[in-house]
Amino acid sequence: MSKDKKESVIESSIKRKYKLQANDVKVWYGDFMAIKGISMDIKPNKVTAFIGPSGCGKSTFLRLFNRMNDYVDGFKMEGEINIDGSNINDKDINVELLRKQVGMVFQKPNPFPKSIFENVAYGLKIQGLKDKAFLEERVESSLKQVALWNEVKDDLNKSALALSGGQQQRLCIARTLAVEPSIILMDEPTSALDPISTAKIEELIYKLKDKYTIVIVTHNMQQASRISDNTAFFYLGELIEYDKTNKIFTNPEKEQTENYITGRFG
Amino acid sequence: MRKLKELVIERSLLLSALITIAVTVGIVLVLSIEAVNFFSEVSIIDFITDPEWTPLFSDKHFGILPLLSGTLLTSFIAIAFAVPVGLSISIYLSEYAPKSFRRTIKPLLELLAAVPTVVYGFFALMVVTPFLQSFIPGMSSFNSLSAGLVMGIMIIPYISSLSEDALHAVPNSLREAAYGMGSTRLQNSFRVMVPAASSGIIVSIILAISRAIGETMIVAIAAGQQPRLTFDPTVPVETITAYIVQVSLGDVQHDSLEYKTIFAAGITLFVFTFLLNTISYRIRKKFQEKYE
Repeated sequence: MSKDKKESVIESSIKRKYKLQANDVKVWYGDFMAIKGISMDIKPNKVTAFIGPSGCGKSTFLRLFNRMNDYVDGFKMEGEINIDGSNINDKDINVELLRKQVGMVFQKPNPFPKSIFENVAYGLKIQGLKDKAFLEERVESSLKQVALWNEVKDDLNKSALALSGGQQQRLCIARTLAVEPSIILMDEPTSALDPISTAKIEELIYKLKDKYTIVIVTHNMQQASRISDNTAFFYLGELIEYDKTNKIFTNPEKEQTENYITGRFG
Repeated sequence: MRKLKELVIERSLLLSALITIAVTVGIVLVLSIEAVNFFSEVSIIDFITDPEWTPLFSDKHFGILPLLSGTLLTSFIAIAFAVPVGLSISIYLSEYAPKSFRRTIKPLLELLAAVPTVVYGFFALMVVTPFLQSFIPGMSSFNSLSAGLVMGIMIIPYISSLSEDALHAVPNSLREAAYGMGSTRLQNSFRVMVPAASSGIIVSIILAISRAIGETMIVAIAAGQQPRLTFDPTVPVETITAYIVQVSLGDVQHDSLEYKTIFAAGITLFVFTFLLNTISYRIRKKFQEKYE
């Protein structure tokens, strides 16, 4: 392994105050306008929750921050997404590098059909890291961060598909952590899990915010109120209200927000 | 009345199922009986070890090896050509190409499998061989290289189409995981998609091999009809299938030992394709278990 590469990976772990920013962002899928001009700042080292009814654009908006919409047919975007002041849609931005900085956890656990070890080491390996001791150490520390190490340390060569759903999702988080991103995007990470697994993941998210900036899309309002510092309420492609979580859930400014969080629609 | 109708339908469906089974059993039986007759006159050890196959000459030798080497050599050339090309096509169509392009190209590729093999045979003899001869001096007009390459073209759609199906069937969530981790398209294709679709890809390759081994017309026309134990791709060879055609269409007397050789050759071919089909069946079953 080249030393430079190893160092660049380590360097990315040095805590930087990543700030996410959207400037008048509009998104279309074909003729359908999914995001109708949203501007917002997301604070570093905090958990920001996106809530709103299905189809409100919260997932689409989340996926703008690591450009996962690029592959969607008919996707078109206007406006700016800035991370630490640089526009991530600029032509000279390396999208693979961006995604190493901005990790993502998906709705359904999606481990690769490979061993547990290979899953966690994947992101490092595709960067060309081959040093076995380094990989082993990073796999162990990542699995420890998601509290999965004790459960799987004897079966690292077992297929990741043999794990339970909750374990798989924690493995996917470990896989994301292994490349030491600065920002983690989570797209309803617990919607496919049972309550106990959900509780474990929530606890984990709470711990991770010391080191990472986390943005989480959730359908579960209790979850948003439990784990997030700030909450953004989306409705029909617009950002209706964005404030401290406490404020959103106890004393929202807008009537629509209140109607949604009190369960009157959605 | 209705009950009677149901009964008639049920019975006729059963009958058609039984007919296919009966035909298969019949083929295997005839092959085996004639082969047993043959082996009562020729020792099976000679059959397997004798390096010459000259049943139609006065000095008779009954070694299957020259025919087998002809079959394996042409099939190997075909596979060596078709696997990389077919896999590249399938990866391109599944992971790179725009959907509309994929929808147009895939049926066109599958047309390759619909070209009559006799056309391929003449294409090999009249176009590919002269072309190859301009690079390879001393190459015979009948040779396994040309026949193998053209057979490779013929089996490309088996590999590209079935592998593409397998790649396409990999859940999109894995693609998202790969890209989300910062994979390039190439890394996504080779580190995630191909391994995830490996069973389907292997099955496609095995089917292509068994198609190549069983192919008759191309090799009968372009590879020559000279049984020869060799792995030189520039000289004429004869495959098992080409030999069977040669004898069946020739003026060999029925029930003679010469005639029975085609059953011995046939059963050898059958054993090979049967093994390959069994392997692919096993792999497919394992694959199904994994995803259910």
